[in-house]
Amino acid sequence: MQKKVWMVLALVMLVPGLLLMTSCAQQSAVEQDTTEKTTPPEDTSAKTGDEDLQAAAAKRAAEQAMNQFLNEHIYFSFDSAELSAMAQDTLKSKAAWLRENAGVMVTIEGHCDERGTNEYNLALGERRAESARAYLIDLGISGSRLSTISYGEERPLDPGHNEEAWAKNRRDQFKLR
Amino acid sequence: MVCKTSRTIVVLIVMIAMMSITSHQASAADEFIEINPFLKKIPLAIPDFKPLSEGAPARETADETARLLAETLLFTGYFNILDKGAYLEDPRESGISDASINFRSWTVIGAELLITGGVYRSTDAVEMELRLFDTFQGKSVIGKRYRGRYQDRRRMVRKFASEVIYYLTGSRGFFNSEIAFVSTGTGNKEIYIAEFDGYNPKQFTRTNNITLSPAWSPDGQWLAYTAYPKNRPFLYIKHRYQKRGYEVGNKGLNITPAWVPGTGDTTSLENMRLAATLSFTGDQEIYLLTGKGKIIKRLTKSWGSDVSPTWSPDGKKFAFVSNRSGNPQIYIKDIDSGRVDRLTFQGRYNTQPSWSPKGDKLAYAGMQGSRNDIYVIGFNGRPPVALTHDAGNNESPSWSPDGSMIVFSSTREGASRIFVMTAFGTDQRRLLTLPGEQSNPQWSPNKHLN
Repeated sequence: MQKKVWMVLALVMLVPGLLLMTSCAQQSAVEQDTTEKTTPPEDTSAKTGDEDLQAAAAKRAAEQAMNQFLNEHIYFSFDSAELSAMAQDTLKSKAAWLRENAGVMVTIEGHCDERGTNEYNLALGERRAESARAYLIDLGISGSRLSTISYGEERPLDPGHNEEAWAKNRRDQFKLR
Repeated sequence: MVCKTSRTIVVLIVMIAMMSITSHQASAADEFIEINPFLKKIPLAIPDFKPLSEGAPARETADETARLLAETLLFTGYFNILDKGAYLEDPRESGISDASINFRSWTVIGAELLITGGVYRSTDAVEMELRLFDTFQGKSVIGKRYRGRYQDRRRMVRKFASEVIYYLTGSRGFFNSEIAFVSTGTGNKEIYIAEFDGYNPKQFTRTNNITLSPAWSPDGQWLAYTAYPKNRPFLYIKHRYQKRGYEVGNKGLNITPAWVPGTGDTTSLENMRLAATLSFTGDQEIYLLTGKGKIIKRLTKSWGSDVSPTWSPDGKKFAFVSNRSGNPQIYIKDIDSGRVDRLTFQGRYNTQPSWSPKGDKLAYAGMQGSRNDIYVIGFNGRPPVALTHDAGNNESPSWSPDGSMIVFSSTREGASRIFVMTAFGTDQRRLLTLPGEQSNPQWSPNKHLN
């Protein structure tokens, strides 16, 4: 038994070590290529094409991440500003995005479904926005990047008059400032 | 012998006991039953008015004036206007003044009150002679003459209606009041204002963004409301007739304004008082502001949301909505003692309180399932009474200045519309129809007749 454990441990230490060595090797190889100016034209275009593709892929990934940040909403139960487990998970990924995009400022909009009355819903919407803001601050995001606003029941996403529509409207929505 | 006497005594005692029980029950019942003046409507006759000058315009104006007066009095819910087909006399022929009336011909068809009118009309001017008769007493009890421009004829009719209501109830009524409400006709929620009977609605705000919660100052000269022209909920205090106003833009919410009745010198906005919910400290509480929006002090202090203040007519207490017990309920705070008491215990969601100008009742919206109904509750511990039933979603009640009627919004016909009813929930009907949907009505004070 102990022998097996040692074998696993050895593998666990070896594999990352090997990876590191190879990546370092690649790095030095790349450096060598850029300092030498004797590479044939076809190779250069292949290399810049590669960079273009990488850059394009990175750009797409960044757009997708931003779209997810803006389009993935936090949902609430009726008359509640409590964050469910799912809401907390969504906020964790939003925090990650905010960390990766350090300069970005956002507004958290709090919304309600149409069933309550307008005035009380303005207050509830603000509590929902503040709830998410507080959670993000706890996750280490600076409060100065996060402003809040309540729209009560005034800006529903779904104009329907049924539980399905109401569930979609009881939300926090993130917008870039 | 002894047996007989004791039996008689027992019977007597039982009889007396039963009598006192029933009379006790009767007085208890008197306490419970509020006399509903709208159930037994006063039979009123309004025959055609007499043109007192020549020509078709005079005849038309005479007809129109009678119709306007009938509509205005019918609106109050106090009257049953008798069908003209039943009238035995025509004052256009027999005469409109005391001496000419044969009261018998009116009492015999059941009319308790009679109104006659005579109308002069020149191109631009109108003069009307209006009389109210008590047919059983056989004499006139009000006689008035009004003179003015043709375009002011509605105002003259309302002045007379006000005299009639004052004679009957001791209160001037609401004929010089307006109703502010929110409508989405332009694509955005804006505030509109119509006369109390729904006549002549006009757009009041031009926010081009969300506009909510109109609130009238005690003199009817200012409106406070929440709007988002700067993309945040700001409070605006705007003059009803002149282009001037103030803005309250604290961080967070600036919502649910409610003016304190009878505060200070009402010609000075600064001396007027306004309660509103602000959240700039991070906590949603009700504050007292000057009429110009300057914060004087905080009025509520609790965990959670405190919104939608409404003042008692003496300005010494206010009711408001708080979720301090877990869900929205209505509470009352006494300004002097600082004491807060919970008012509503029925239902899990009670909001939009409105204190009757008579002081004895509060109307509010109570949610059952996913619909709201209008409830009325007193302050004596008795349970609330629902005034609307099985008729869509009913919200946002607001009392007429004399406490006799309630305006509210209802979706019973599909789109949200403004409805009125008497304070007892009778005579419910739509007030007006505009493009889009209408909601959040607020009845103004009865303004000084000018």
